[in-house]
Amino acid sequence: MNEKDMQKAKKLPDNALATVKRIIDYMGNYRYRLIIVVFFVLLSAMTSILGTYFLKPLINDYILPFVGQENPDLSLLGSGLAKMGIIYLIGALSTYIYNRLMVDITAGTLHRIRTDLFAHMQTLPIKYFDTHTHGELMSRYTNDIDALRNMLSQSYVQIINSGVTIIGVFIAMLLLSPALTLLVIVMLVLMLSAVKAIGKGSRKYSMAQQASLGDMNGYIEEMMEGQKVIKVFNYEDKAKEAFDKKNETLFKQSQAAQTYTSVLRPIMGNLGYALYAITAMAGAFISVTRGLDIGSLASFLQYTRTFSQPITIISEQFNSIIIAIAGAERVFQVIDENSEVDEGSVTLVHAKEGMDNQIIESNDKNDPQYWKQVSDKGEVTYTKVQGDIQFVDVVFAYDEEKTVLRNINLFAKPGQKVAFVGSTGAGKTTITNLINRFYDIKEGTIFYDGIDIKNIKKDDLRSTLSLVLQDTHLFSGTIMENIRYGNLAASNEEVIAAAKLANADSFIRHLPKGYDTFITGDGENLSQGQRQLLAIARAAVADPHVLILDEATSSIDTRTESLIGKGMEKLMEGRTTLVIAHRLSTIQNSDVILVIEGGEIIERGDHDKLIEEQGKYYQLYTGMFELS
Amino acid sequence: MWSKVLKYLKGYRLFAVLTPICIFFEVLLEVYIPFIMAQIIDIGVAEGDLDYIISKGLQMILMAFLALLLGVLAAYFSSKAGSGLEKNVRQGLYYKIQDFSFANIDKFSTPSLVTRLTTDIVNTKMSFIMTIRMLARAPFMFVFAIVMAVRLNAELSLVFLFAVPVLIVTLVLITTKAFPKFRVMLEKYDKLNGVVQENLIATRVVKAFVRGDFEKDKFDDIASQVRDTQVKAERIVIWNMPVMQLVIYSCIIAVAWFGGNKIVVGDMQAGQLISFISYITQILVSLMMVSMVLVFLVMARASVQRIVEVLDEEPEIKNPKQGTNPPVEDGSVVFENVSFSYSDGESPYVLEDIDFTIESGETLGIIGGTGSSKTSLVSLIPRLYDVSKGRLLVGGKDVREYNLDTLRDSVAIVLQKNVLFSGTIKDNLKWGNEHATDEEIIEACKIAMAHDFIMSFPAGYDTYLGQGGVNVSGGQKQRISIARSLLKNPKIIILDDSTSAVDTKTESSIRHALRTKLKETTTIIISQRVSSIKDADKILVLDDGKINGLGTHDELMENNKIYREIYESQQKGVALGE
Repeated sequence: MNEKDMQKAKKLPDNALATVKRIIDYMGNYRYRLIIVVFFVLLSAMTSILGTYFLKPLINDYILPFVGQENPDLSLLGSGLAKMGIIYLIGALSTYIYNRLMVDITAGTLHRIRTDLFAHMQTLPIKYFDTHTHGELMSRYTNDIDALRNMLSQSYVQIINSGVTIIGVFIAMLLLSPALTLLVIVMLVLMLSAVKAIGKGSRKYSMAQQASLGDMNGYIEEMMEGQKVIKVFNYEDKAKEAFDKKNETLFKQSQAAQTYTSVLRPIMGNLGYALYAITAMAGAFISVTRGLDIGSLASFLQYTRTFSQPITIISEQFNSIIIAIAGAERVFQVIDENSEVDEGSVTLVHAKEGMDNQIIESNDKNDPQYWKQVSDKGEVTYTKVQGDIQFVDVVFAYDEEKTVLRNINLFAKPGQKVAFVGSTGAGKTTITNLINRFYDIKEGTIFYDGIDIKNIKKDDLRSTLSLVLQDTHLFSGTIMENIRYGNLAASNEEVIAAAKLANADSFIRHLPKGYDTFITGDGENLSQGQRQLLAIARAAVADPHVLILDEATSSIDTRTESLIGKGMEKLMEGRTTLVIAHRLSTIQNSDVILVIEGGEIIERGDHDKLIEEQGKYYQLYTGMFELS
Repeated sequence: MWSKVLKYLKGYRLFAVLTPICIFFEVLLEVYIPFIMAQIIDIGVAEGDLDYIISKGLQMILMAFLALLLGVLAAYFSSKAGSGLEKNVRQGLYYKIQDFSFANIDKFSTPSLVTRLTTDIVNTKMSFIMTIRMLARAPFMFVFAIVMAVRLNAELSLVFLFAVPVLIVTLVLITTKAFPKFRVMLEKYDKLNGVVQENLIATRVVKAFVRGDFEKDKFDDIASQVRDTQVKAERIVIWNMPVMQLVIYSCIIAVAWFGGNKIVVGDMQAGQLISFISYITQILVSLMMVSMVLVFLVMARASVQRIVEVLDEEPEIKNPKQGTNPPVEDGSVVFENVSFSYSDGESPYVLEDIDFTIESGETLGIIGGTGSSKTSLVSLIPRLYDVSKGRLLVGGKDVREYNLDTLRDSVAIVLQKNVLFSGTIKDNLKWGNEHATDEEIIEACKIAMAHDFIMSFPAGYDTYLGQGGVNVSGGQKQRISIARSLLKNPKIIILDDSTSAVDTKTESSIRHALRTKLKETTTIIISQRVSSIKDADKILVLDDGKINGLGTHDELMENNKIYREIYESQQKGVALGE
């Protein structure tokens, strides 16, 4: 939890009500069931109050009058108990029914929130993920939703139940003796201030504990990440030292927080007993001096006894509600985040050319792809997808102040291979990220087959491009599934053909289960080079018009690289290819090489031309200048 | 399973013992207080005896405050014990991991170790606190209440003979039925988190392939499974309350009936009946507490198990038993028929029959294709892994004879996956030698060709690096890592593809500096570039875990096909085909 969140969580958030309303909206599907729940909670609370206090008249009216009689008539007691039995049965049934309903409501509501959160996360722009850590987003799914679960499954029912009890008992007390009720209220205020003080301390230390825990977890994450380096440097003792310090701080805060949270119950419970005793004394005094009847005093005392428990419950629940609302707010923050904007109207269709050059749309996936533009007047034009890319005076900045790319003008004709060379941070990757609209440009225009990419529907634009990154990012699943990710409709044969193209087939076949080998997301069981081969196969099976290779072969040794050279060549055939590579050997045969420095294109031309010019490329090539 | 964790209560055992003791007396008072309450009503109020009420009332207030004090103490002690356990277990776990060898770390994987050190420990603490508080309270309460009830009326207590077994059977039934369902739920939950995690990491891939809907379906599917398993598990647990209520209510009715009969014949007092019923309620409460705690324990069991797994893990590589601790004499390395496998020494071997010698001060280049086990080979030298067969000598002695610290201080390895830590550049460099002077640091950085770029930063050596060294480029990171290793002043330095992001000219300067400044140091270089190893005294060509060739550049050009192929693939400079 960061500091800002902590500040917020210290008190009820300002828009707590709005948040609660939204949570209730999520429960909207269960509107009627929630009302039924309230009904059964009330029923259950009432039967338990009734059941317990029914005993007194039972004893007074049906037992005591018969004491000492020769042939006591206990049939009334029997029928009274039978009635009580029915009340109890209703109570138990109600308990089951509302619990059963709540199980479904809680699980269903959480499911809705979770799926909404995930669905919305899918629509967020890349920029959002750049500015938020994984851990931060991950904890929305874990900590925050867990807190919500506690609230949904517990607080709702408990608070209704306790509230009903408090109100019911209060009314009964008021009817019995207003004077004693006043006394109870005064003492109650004292008890509540104790609750408040404890609650405050509890929250303060809980927040401090959360902060230290966050610090601790961050430290652990970093150390575990670097565990192998620690070993290599014999750094274990040092690592222990820093750890111990953090652990000690966490211990102190954790202990204080835990103590504050656990003292509430014994304090409230026993103050309740004290309240009982004081009321008994005051009541007896009143009964002797003013004549309060004994039966009423006895009942009043019983009610006093029941009073402190629901208050304790409510104050405990209050804490968990605050935590849950803070959690819900963080979840809603993500859901409220603006989605990627897509005003594109140009769509991708399959079509074939009929007679008279008439373009006819078809559902056959094997037909060529066309961009379909509909003008304001409703005229439809079709443009064949070819992979022609053109940048005109493109300017880009991640934020307002810092311009990353300036005056980028370039073009890649269908089938051409264009390479980008330059230092880290020069803006090579950024250029490729603009084509698929991971980021939007500030000025200028990017044309794709002559159409401004702003006008193309993003999903359609991206499905004609394939991206292979240095970090491969595979998913948990079989190798077959991972390659098929590029084209969900691909048959097993097509997947295998793609793997062969990327030269991945031979190593896959060597794995114990071949294509059915299960790999985990971080793919620890494969080497970096093998994973890159899979990523290339994945891109190949997508059969894109434009291929973007961002350091895609950096972890593949040169010999394997040259082995897959033929496959790569075939893969690039007929496709526009944009290549970023550190190894200049990889890009020498490009149609155009662009040297990027400081966000600008400083040299352009093919290998021979650039060598001849003896500029930056020449220096790089001859090793006179370092690529960092 | 818990016993292993409880060993870590050390230093807090007293608090763990004091908690139930406090709770014992608290419960004693709590059970006794209703007794006084009954007296206040039955005797004081019924007879209008103000003095009696006041004296009993004061007695009750006193007891209540005593109970309050005990309750607060119990809360304090239990918190101290619980947090203490948390602290110690976390430390124990962390220390254990520090002793882990690479094989142990590989086995658990980094993210899983992180979860164990974070979430699992917190779960364990919570369930421990619950246990010493609730599980102590419940039996005491149970026993006291039964004792009081029997004292009140032994005959009526017979009702417990019927009720208690029913309750216990219900409890056992519900928990045993719910346990496995909860476990399934937790597994699904892990999977759900896995999907989220993967999506966060691979956002770009998902977007690039327009697989948002595909991922959404995947998530919805697993989320539905979580929901369904959760509902299944909880539907069982909710039987708990109504069944308990029913049993207790039946007891109350039965007691009221039989008790009523007794009262009528004069065998019993009305007040006693009321008290008896309040004890029945206490018994109910205590049993409900037990069932609540049990559910918690089920949830925590998985966590405890995962912690114990780490604690039980034997570090694969240990120091030799006898304490001779010989120093490493020189930088010579001898592989004697070494075979190595990652899976407990069984085949398939990733390295087979490796047999060669490097003299102290020599430079060895290692080259080979992706997956030819180059990294595995050099990992054996600082004993990051143990050989499965054969022998590996460093400085004339088997590596297993050295103390690990001694060996690793003499053998510096710059890993392929460099990790820099949050802190200044200087902090990071001092990992190599915490007592290094500024001059030594600068000297090392000059050899690693890092000095100039470090000085180009406004804060120079005091430049702060974020986690993972995010604010320096790949090549810069590699050079800092090399300097860090040089500061160890090792006898052997291993560069595992550590200059892949450094340009050839800088790289050759580094090699030159290593050669001239560190004449005595054995240098082992793994590289994919022939140019990086061309000048080495010896070059080892690895292919599929076996030595394919060993010799100088010229020798290998002459008689090694693979080497020649690699050389040619780089000379032509046309990796992407012609």
